[in-house]
Amino acid sequence: MISAETREIVYNGLWKQNPGIVQLLGLCPLLAISNTVVNSLSLGLATTLVMAVASGSVSLVRNFIPHEIRLPTFVLIIAALVTVVQLFMNAYVHPLYLVLGIFIPLITTNCIVLARVETFASKRSTAHSVLDAVMMGLGLTGVLVILGAMRELTGKGTLFSGLDLALGPAAKDWVIDVLPDYQGFLLAILPPGAFLGLGLLIALKNWLETMRSPKPAPAMAAVPG
Amino acid sequence: MTPALRETVTTALTLLVFAVIGSALLSGTFRLTRPYIAASEQAEKLARISETLPPGSYDNDLVRDTRPLPADPLLGLRHPGHYYPAYKNGVPVAVVLEAAAPDGYAGEIRLLVGIMADGRIAGVRVSAHKETPGLGDYIDAAKSRWIRVFDGRSLDDPPEALWKVRKDGGRFDYMAGATITPRAVVKAVHKSLKYFAAHRATLLSPPRPERPRRDPVPAPRGSHTPSPPPDLPSPAGDRKP
Repeated sequence: MISAETREIVYNGLWKQNPGIVQLLGLCPLLAISNTVVNSLSLGLATTLVMAVASGSVSLVRNFIPHEIRLPTFVLIIAALVTVVQLFMNAYVHPLYLVLGIFIPLITTNCIVLARVETFASKRSTAHSVLDAVMMGLGLTGVLVILGAMRELTGKGTLFSGLDLALGPAAKDWVIDVLPDYQGFLLAILPPGAFLGLGLLIALKNWLETMRSPKPAPAMAAVPG
Repeated sequence: MTPALRETVTTALTLLVFAVIGSALLSGTFRLTRPYIAASEQAEKLARISETLPPGSYDNDLVRDTRPLPADPLLGLRHPGHYYPAYKNGVPVAVVLEAAAPDGYAGEIRLLVGIMADGRIAGVRVSAHKETPGLGDYIDAAKSRWIRVFDGRSLDDPPEALWKVRKDGGRFDYMAGATITPRAVVKAVHKSLKYFAAHRATLLSPPRPERPRRDPVPAPRGSHTPSPPPDLPSPAGDRKP
């Protein structure tokens, strides 16, 4: 039986407190790398992995960390884990590493990682912390992938282009040309496309919430980060 | 020891312990992944260089036989670069030059220009650029076939006056919306052909034997002093070791 707390954590991460469209944390990679589905998915999963391991390890050692130095310690742990992930990506999925480039080390500075470690993992049990991190990460990945799909489709008329970078040349056939002979729409690929797309997604989420509850929707508790 | 001091020491030691664990983790991962990273970087470099040459036209290891290239203005290089000679059975058949177009729309465009021994272009590839995505980036072989307009061209084909994009009265096509980018690339490729013509003998010198063996008469070991590649091609009998 799944406990109410577990359900709450899952619901918070994927929908209610979604880092991408509600907390608006982690916008740096969200806006920069979400121009194709493959880029979005790879960076989303890398962030999720870092979040899960960071939250898990912080939760394990939370009772040993003096309160005054918790932030430097958290940053140290996150930075070390990100560098490990970066080295592994460089070694095993080199072409993808070249595409994601600077955004992998930047996971360290992504507020959402530190935010979950600070507000959740430093106070809760290890299992719940890992679950929370994974759900928050997947929530972010979901938003990234949807945004990536929107931008790739309107900008290039394809889906999953660049899949061969992650899975080898064999995956080149999996690229879907949704709109053959599409001339392309540059705005969607460039950063403004990310802002517009994200705005549409936030509006959609708020609209769905309003539809669901008859009473006026509460003001969004969002703090840009 | 006062309680305050004890707390300070404990705090500092905790941070130190985490720093040590973190460093150990990093150095372990670094050691573990280093060979794989080196191998993929090497493979990627080789793949890019070999794309500029017809497959099977050479049989040497292009990356291993790399030689230095001066920062000549004809090549547009700001720092000394490299060239990659290609040999078949020890005979020079082609060379891949690093070159750069300094006047791209968004900065320098770095090129790899493959030139066959007869002075015809085997292939050109852009190795790094910052041109506008969707507009000027069609010079990238991954985005469009445009870069193949150079295949088979040489200094006399088209003649000097026509080594320009069509808009400037030349022979080379370009795509509407971005003229500065192809103009820069055409100019840079043309200039690298000129560099090749001026330094043909050096660039097409036979493979450097691993043990010095440039004279027909074997020199006693140890008497050899390193010298630049010969300005004239050595006899064809000079085989690869």
